[in-house]
Amino acid sequence: MLNRGRNIEKGRVITRRMFILAAAKILLFAGISSRLYNLQISDREKYEILSDKNRIREWKTPPQRGIIVDNFNKVLASNDRVFQLHLILDEINDFDVTIFKIKNLIGLDQFQIKKLYKKKERLKPWDTLVVSDNLTWEQFSKINLYLHELEGAKPVLSTSRFYPYANDLVHIVGYVGDASPKDLEKPEIKENFVPGLKVGKYGIENSQEKMLIGNYGIKRYEVNASGKRISQIDYIKERQGNKVNLTIDIEIQKYAQELLKEKAGSICAMDIYTGEVVAMASSPTYDPNKFTHGINQKDWKEIKNNPLKPLINKSIAGLYSPGSTFKPLVALAALEYGILDPNKTIRCKGHKHPYELYGVKYHCWKKEGHGYMKLRNAIKQSCDIYFYEMARLLGVDRLSIIAKRYGLGTNVLGDLYNDEKKGLVPDTKWKKRALEQSWYLGETVINGIGQGYIQTTPLQLCLMTAQIANGGYKIKPHIIKDDSINYKDILNKIKLDQSNFPLHERNYLDDINVEYYQRMYHKKSNINFVLDAMFGSTNEQYGTSYKSRYDDPKYQFAGKTGTSQVRRITDLDRELDLDTDQIEYKKRDHALYVAFAPYKDPRYAISVIIEHGGSGSKAAAPLASKLIKRIIDRHKLREQFNNGNTSLA
Amino acid sequence: MLRERIQASNYSFLDKLRSIDYLLILLIIAIGSISVFAIYSTEGGKFSFYTKNHIIRLSVFFSLFLLLSFVRVSTWYKNAYLFYFVGLLLLITVLFFGISASGAKRWINLYFLNLQPSELMKIAVIICFARYYHRIQSSDIQSYKFLIQPIILLIIPCYLVIQQPDLGTSILIAGSGIAIIWLAGLNIKYFVYSGLLLLVSLPFAISILKPYQKSRILTFFNPDRDPLGAGYQIIQSKIAIGSGGFFGKGYLKGTQSYLEFLPEKHTDFIFTLFSEEFGFLGSIILLLLYILLIYRIINVGLVSRSFFAKLYCFGFATAIFLYVFVNIAMVLGMLPIVGAPLPIMSYGGSSLLSIMLGLSIVMSCKIYNQEQISAY
Repeated sequence: MLNRGRNIEKGRVITRRMFILAAAKILLFAGISSRLYNLQISDREKYEILSDKNRIREWKTPPQRGIIVDNFNKVLASNDRVFQLHLILDEINDFDVTIFKIKNLIGLDQFQIKKLYKKKERLKPWDTLVVSDNLTWEQFSKINLYLHELEGAKPVLSTSRFYPYANDLVHIVGYVGDASPKDLEKPEIKENFVPGLKVGKYGIENSQEKMLIGNYGIKRYEVNASGKRISQIDYIKERQGNKVNLTIDIEIQKYAQELLKEKAGSICAMDIYTGEVVAMASSPTYDPNKFTHGINQKDWKEIKNNPLKPLINKSIAGLYSPGSTFKPLVALAALEYGILDPNKTIRCKGHKHPYELYGVKYHCWKKEGHGYMKLRNAIKQSCDIYFYEMARLLGVDRLSIIAKRYGLGTNVLGDLYNDEKKGLVPDTKWKKRALEQSWYLGETVINGIGQGYIQTTPLQLCLMTAQIANGGYKIKPHIIKDDSINYKDILNKIKLDQSNFPLHERNYLDDINVEYYQRMYHKKSNINFVLDAMFGSTNEQYGTSYKSRYDDPKYQFAGKTGTSQVRRITDLDRELDLDTDQIEYKKRDHALYVAFAPYKDPRYAISVIIEHGGSGSKAAAPLASKLIKRIIDRHKLREQFNNGNTSLA
Repeated sequence: MLRERIQASNYSFLDKLRSIDYLLILLIIAIGSISVFAIYSTEGGKFSFYTKNHIIRLSVFFSLFLLLSFVRVSTWYKNAYLFYFVGLLLLITVLFFGISASGAKRWINLYFLNLQPSELMKIAVIICFARYYHRIQSSDIQSYKFLIQPIILLIIPCYLVIQQPDLGTSILIAGSGIAIIWLAGLNIKYFVYSGLLLLVSLPFAISILKPYQKSRILTFFNPDRDPLGAGYQIIQSKIAIGSGGFFGKGYLKGTQSYLEFLPEKHTDFIFTLFSEEFGFLGSIILLLLYILLIYRIINVGLVSRSFFAKLYCFGFATAIFLYVFVNIAMVLGMLPIVGAPLPIMSYGGSSLLSIMLGLSIVMSCKIYNQEQISAY
């Protein structure tokens, strides 16, 4: 019985211990369950994201860049088909061998190979390496022929930027190139960037990046643990960038560039009512297509070291003294402020008796002098003496108000071009601030003939001329078509304002901001006087650009020559009186010309600058004359096209 | 009493059939079926090598289980030590003639099966200890004389298994052995003391671990230490389970395993795959099946008359619990990765064989539950 009792006791112990164990088991299972709950229910989202991150890999597909067209929808920048060679890195077993084979096939040099290895280091193992983005057809077909021997090689038909009018537009349209780290900081590029995508480097390509770049596509693939693509899950198609429509007429642009061939300078043409820039040529120029796939050293050196500086967009980044082209504005300012009766006579006595102020002599350009001059004749024959005196009476501050109002001293195209220069319209305050010196009256005097501190860009001169020619209305110059502007309305509004002419209550002589398409003048007769004087300058005998005139009223234009000194003229120079050809190129004067056409019912303003071209009448005016004819010939077409467009909108 | 005893040992076949635990068999079939589907899924929904092998093994070992269930429990009792020594012999054989795979020497080539003796040892220890404590009077249990023997019996196989090296199995063997010592009624203070001793010696224990074992333990505490190396398995396993959510991604749709992010998915990480595809709901159901299985085994122990049967069933139930717990806790990142299969679910012949063998002894305890075993 004792044994039995012991056994009962032992059985009890075992059972009791079993229950303790069972309790522990239940506790531990509860622990597992709560852990499962945590993972699968509380943190589910977190792990779902991680799982998708594991299995889904995205490849971005590059968008096509938006095209750029001219006023007539002619394509100025397109996307051309190119042959490329890509390497899918995760399909390659031995990178060195593959590169070696490719090197032998398409002939890469040591430098290019080094670059490829560097590029590869920056890529992830499942990325694509672009070996060449512009193969010749021959190279491309060779690659295709030996494709079975090249691991991971993928011949790709892609697109790249192409500029059909190459040299003729580079200063306006700009060019594209590989994105620099600085480019990648720009939000519009950062958001849409795909490795290998070209971005705008200059001009419209650069400033309109947001419009042009488009949106990349996304290809989502399910991949396995080793990164191999299993299936495509999703493909969000890339979106091509928007079209950018310029106001440029490529025919006129081309012609302007042709006129500037072999010269350094600029030609700008503008619609005087709408403010559309019709042409903006700069010479010398270069081929933007060379930049698309990275320019080679030799070409780059050639462009960079050219003494005529092709890289500078002279129309907006070239600064010149306006010279005599400034005179109509000086005259207008003097008339508006009522400084001077246009019938006032001043005698120009030639170099022997120059204008004198506080002992300093100021010469007229004409050695033998103009004789007795009234204002109209002084403009027409560009007499410096008359303007010295007029400027003295007017004063630099009043002149600067009018000069600024008519478009000098500020960017014409806003922030479209990062290299556009503001130029300089000096006044006494400016000199005090910038140079910490008082203004001298002598500086006012030379300012009156567009010399001295004053600096302008060719496009500013064109705008100035346009705003005088349109009867003194402020316009909004632009080079990209603005759909918000109804050109017909503007034209009608200005013309209506010109014909119904109520007297103004506002004092237009104060330094005020004028709204777009509002009049800027005080008295209409003053504007008309200046326009008439410019007519005389071109179309009457003794006018400085008489030789370039047209008698046909269809083409008849009015203008003003200018010759801007690049250095001080000494007495010795005056004595020698050399021809332009005899002077060293760098020391020759810049030739300038501004004009508007047709004289009756004008529509276009034009400015021409030939660097070191000599006199305006000889070097600049003839070019303007030729271009004006072409512009007017194309005017009807432009009008029809633009009105058609407006009615469509 | 004597008559009773004799009667009890004379079962008719009908009696035997009647006393079979059908629920237990049903549970085994249920878990077995789930395992077939899970293994099928690991192969990406193709009926191929692993699935085929698993089905064959399941059916062979299940038949073996049914067959062995009718072996008298006293026969098991009689041969318990033999079983243990055969197991030990096999472990020693492995030491010299074992075949290696991925740096471990754990298997003996038996031509039809690569036998892993350590798996058999798991059962052998339980049956050996059950026999040992069956005959010891409860008054003697606390004495050192009777304590030292099982400890030696336990240390030898554990040491041999660690040498393979296979820390996981070794811990499981030790765990089941200790469980039976506990069940037999050894004073709690011994467990408390040895627990404390273990804690104190832990730093020394870690210092003698193999580098990969150390890194596993470090990784356990911080899986992000080496996300593509040692931490990879556990991170991917957690992602798979977590992303399964409540209902799971659906059968054959577990992306983590299908896309091969999950390592060892047919063996140690089979629960991860199951949990990814069937979610929280499926996991809890599977867990419940295991709990039921353990409950039924304990139940057999409760209705058995002999201490041997009781100790064996309770011990085996605890062992099953340990296997399930260690495996699941491991894939959930609650324990370091030690390499422990999930009973029945995991692909692996030896593990399946030992579980089925163990279950057949349970069943034999059930069928012959009235059998009294005299102390030999």
